[in-house]
Amino acid sequence: MTAQRDWRALLFVAPFLALYLLILVFPLLRGLWLSFSQVDLFGAGHFVGFGNYARLLHDPVFGTSLVNTFEVTLMIVPVLTIISLLLALALNRAGKGAAIMRGIFFASAVLSVTIVTLIWRFVLAPDAGLLGEAWKALGWEPLPFLSDVHLALPALAITTIWWSVGFPMLLFLAGLQQIPEDMYEAAALDNSNSWTTFWRITVPALRRTLILVVMLQTAAQLQLFGQSQLLTAGGPSGASRTAVLFLYESAFGRWELGYASAAAEVLFLIILAVTLTQYWATSRSEASRGD
Amino acid sequence: MASLELKGVRKAFGATPILDDVSLTLEQREFIAFLGPSGSGKSTLLRIIAGLETADAGEVWLEGRRIDTLPPGKRDIAMVFQSYALYPHMSVRENMAFGLRNAKVPKDEIDRRVEDAAQVLEITELLDRKPAEMSGGQRQRVAIGRALVKHPKLFLLDEPLSNLDAALRLRTRVELAQLKQKVDAAVIMVTHDQAEAMTLADRIVVMNDRRIQQVGAPMEIYSRPANTFVAQFVGSPAMTLAVARLEEGGPMATLRLGDGSIVQTQVHRDSVPSGAELRLGLRPEAVRVTTGQATTKAKVELVERLGERTLVYARLPDGQPITAEDTAYSRLVIGVEVALEIDGAAAHVFGPDGVGYHRASA
Repeated sequence: MTAQRDWRALLFVAPFLALYLLILVFPLLRGLWLSFSQVDLFGAGHFVGFGNYARLLHDPVFGTSLVNTFEVTLMIVPVLTIISLLLALALNRAGKGAAIMRGIFFASAVLSVTIVTLIWRFVLAPDAGLLGEAWKALGWEPLPFLSDVHLALPALAITTIWWSVGFPMLLFLAGLQQIPEDMYEAAALDNSNSWTTFWRITVPALRRTLILVVMLQTAAQLQLFGQSQLLTAGGPSGASRTAVLFLYESAFGRWELGYASAAAEVLFLIILAVTLTQYWATSRSEASRGD
Repeated sequence: MASLELKGVRKAFGATPILDDVSLTLEQREFIAFLGPSGSGKSTLLRIIAGLETADAGEVWLEGRRIDTLPPGKRDIAMVFQSYALYPHMSVRENMAFGLRNAKVPKDEIDRRVEDAAQVLEITELLDRKPAEMSGGQRQRVAIGRALVKHPKLFLLDEPLSNLDAALRLRTRVELAQLKQKVDAAVIMVTHDQAEAMTLADRIVVMNDRRIQQVGAPMEIYSRPANTFVAQFVGSPAMTLAVARLEEGGPMATLRLGDGSIVQTQVHRDSVPSGAELRLGLRPEAVRVTTGQATTKAKVELVERLGERTLVYARLPDGQPITAEDTAYSRLVIGVEVALEIDGAAAHVFGPDGVGYHRASA
């Protein structure tokens, strides 16, 4: 290939490259630069080296927000994965009924976080909410989901699971469709009961989908923000403040852009580390299985 | 005691009938081939026997036990799928052991059976491989092995050779024939390949259009086809069916072809419906290119040199196609006129309803 042709080829990717540099690479580097500066919304700011990072290390609010983020992620990902898998298994069939149900369960995924939190505020509100009324009907004391230190994160988790169940369900449905029907017929002739068939035929075939769903959801939930901001505003007393909410508050509440950027870089590294660990663990076990 | 018995099996998918009143009895250790074109219902029948489909009516019995009410795994039947349907994430050993484990067979017994089957099929060195790491032929052996270890009363083979290349197919055919000697069970093989059916089966069940057309030993199917469908489906190239009329007189039927030529058959005249338009059935080997006494003449349209003989596709003066045989070193070319000698003793007669009539003694 000649240099001339190289140059002309570049023209074709130039529009994409320009956008990519402008709205992805530049902000990324700018963020990194900001994280080493003390800067507010106006003015140029000044370089502080690792000052922001050192401050983060000793900031209990940031520490709590990270713990909250991990807690809520651990609450959401396993339950979300299992529920979406069960839904996919139940709805993986022909027929109008299943198609309608698939649509219904996916419907929540198209709503914006504003609508979702609005709905769940109505559901979770202890005095007039749906859950509260149901609790009362059963003769129990309604739970103050949004104002209890121990219930705020579970409330976020429930809301998020309801909101996010559609997409993993679709991924599992796609995975299930890939399993040839004669696999199940062979299992039936091999006298396999439905439990054995599920664990020995279906689950191994869904292994890659399972890994994908867990990795995607972990990365997504570590960035949980909207639900926390809108449902509980991070409260009560910071009990449901997630890492992204913390950096949002730092940046646009206290105008500490440099400090918020440093927090964002830390979160980025954490997510990268978690994802790479998951990837490493699954590819290692895959290699040992000889797939 | 009979092995498998089908009694009045019927099946329809929605408004489309697939099988119409199919009844059949298999002998012990018999190798049966279901032979028919696509859509003849042969695969559906196999799946009904396996329990993968439910018949709308009729019964299935295996060695004195009614099995059509049982789930597939409880029928004492093993099946080799056309796609092999091996479990991709299990090793060969696990694939073969899976059914036995589900049946709660003791572990050492499972090991013994798997080793035995692997030895018979010469796949011992593959036991720890995954299906993705094997060739098509190896996978098929594993699929057979998975059926073998179950010691079933009936083997079902769904188009077992269709996914193999030509050379491997011939070898596997021989191996299947050898395997048949070793297993103490009846075998049903579904195929649309008449050569497979002819070479492997004790009896062939020819199916078409939702029904069994004929059941018989391979040579019986070939030499005494029950109707025009069987006559044309079995044998390659297909039997010539020439329109003909019955001549008066004689104990054996004499037929006059459209071009006026006369063929004296060995079919009893009384058995053939008179007055109707008949068809004279002629295998290529019953029609020879001759330089001597000719029955009729025809114009050559295609010459196929097969090595040991030459097939000649020609057209009679009245426009009917006819297939004839010539010697290996035939000099015929397309367009020439040839003299044909028809061997009336080898001819078949088919009535207007398609029913076949054959020479008195086989």
